[in-house]
Order: sequence, then C-alpha cells, then structure tokens
Amino acid sequence: MLHPLLLASSPQGKYHPSNLALYEIAGMGATMSASKFNGPAWAGFLLSVFAFISYPFIFARFPLTRDFPWANIILFVGAGTLLFLGVRRAFRPEGTVRARIFASVLGAAGLAVAVFFVFAIFIFARELPASVHAPRVGDQAPDFALSDVNGKSIYLAEIRTAPIQGKTPKGVLLIFYRGYW
Amino acid sequence: MRPVAISADAPQTSHDLARKAGYSFLILSDPQAETIRHYDLLHAKAGVSGADIARPAEFLLDGNGTIRWVNLTENYWVRARVEQILSQAKALR
Repeated sequence: MLHPLLLASSPQGKYHPSNLALYEIAGMGATMSASKFNGPAWAGFLLSVFAFISYPFIFARFPLTRDFPWANIILFVGAGTLLFLGVRRAFRPEGTVRARIFASVLGAAGLAVAVFFVFAIFIFARELPASVHAPRVGDQAPDFALSDVNGKSIYLAEIRTAPIQGKTPKGVLLIFYRGYW
Repeated sequence: MRPVAISADAPQTSHDLARKAGYSFLILSDPQAETIRHYDLLHAKAGVSGADIARPAEFLLDGNGTIRWVNLTENYWVRARVEQILSQAKALR
C-alpha cells in the first residue's frame, strides 16, 4: 500500500477527502510519538500566570513580599526556566512543527505575562499624583466634615476630641485609601 | 490613637466593607472628593469607570490636630507598615 504522505501529494489523490483523512492520521501519529505533551512548557506558562496573580492575592498582604515583589520575581525566574526547557524540547530534531509553534506560543505568552507584571507593579502603580500641596509635618490638619458608614456627618475636630475609654485620644491617624474601584 | 479611614466610596460601600471585614474603626466617605481635593490627594479618574478617588496617604495628628508624620507612597501597592506607624504614634506621648 502507498504511504499516505505520498498519496496525499500525488496529483490524483491530493484533494480527495479520504486521502486527507489518512494524511491527518499519519500526522497525528508523528505528533504523538515525537513530542506528546510538553510538560515543561505548560508548567512554565501556568507558573508564570501564578507568579502574576499571586501578587495581589497573596504576596501584597505581607510587607516583606509587597514592598518589593521578591517572591514573584523568583516565581517568574522559575517559570522562565521551565518555558526555556519546554521550547528547547520542542526544537529537538524529532520535534514537529506543530509542537514547535505550540511551545513558542506558550513561551511568548509566559514572557508577556512577566512583562505585564513589571509594567503593572513598577510603572502603572507609580502613576500617582505628586500631591505637592498636601498638608505637611507641622501644619494644622485642615478640618473637614464627612459621613460615617451610617451617613452621619462628623467633624475632624470631634474625631480628635471624642474620648476613647474615657480618655482623649493622644492622636488621630488619617488613612486615605483608594476604595473599591 | 484613633485610626480613621477615608475614601471616595459611598457610606453604603464602606458599611459593607466594615461588616465583611469586621472593621470597627471609623470609616468616612468623601463621595464628592472634597476633602480629598482639599488635602491635594486627588487621583483624578483613577477609580472604576473614571471616578475621582484618593491616592493612598497617611497622616498622623497629635492631640492638637498638628500633623506629626506624613506618608505619601510612590507606589499604590506599598503602604505604611504597622510598626512604622506605631513607632511614630509612640513618639506622640
């Protein structure tokens, strides 16, 4: 019997559906035997995604891993190593074109996640107003009246003087935060 | 020392936050960002669907309302550390 590849490339058999099917089966066989499942590439890509999402959900909770994202950078280095191994594996002589494209796409996607992380943490997060006219040390804190969670208005002057357990508070800490956004 | 949290969220949003997180300290709402603007902490259009919100900032006031310590972070992920604030608060005594 004629090899499916030869059959598919022969002028008569080229567009015949049954021959195309044979060709595909032969192609699948080659993919299965040569590369199978590229474990390192997949692990590298998934680790890269985890390295990204673990910052807001885990590491940003602890000052040590928040102020500089050490843990995430280590995870990204691990992800990069796995992706490199995965791509290298796909580019072995026996690797198929399909496996090479697939590993390259995973590698590029993993790298894109790392680049986006760097932008999100080191560039976007620093795009804050300079607040040069914010009150300074030694200034009297400007008074205000704002609503509490029940919609009741309260003045800073009241906040400063309202007693805590019978004593006037020694100080007040004003924490401005971004809120739900 | 009395902590007070301030944001541009509506009182109801802060109410839900306090209930979910179990916060008992004072949380104030500045939906029009008037006080936030007065303190020059406005981060225009940085909120969801372009709302004006506050940039993160912490001010420690003494008993007379004089500012003793200010922290204006350069990165919104990075906030004042608890031990940093407590050591400043101890200096008030």
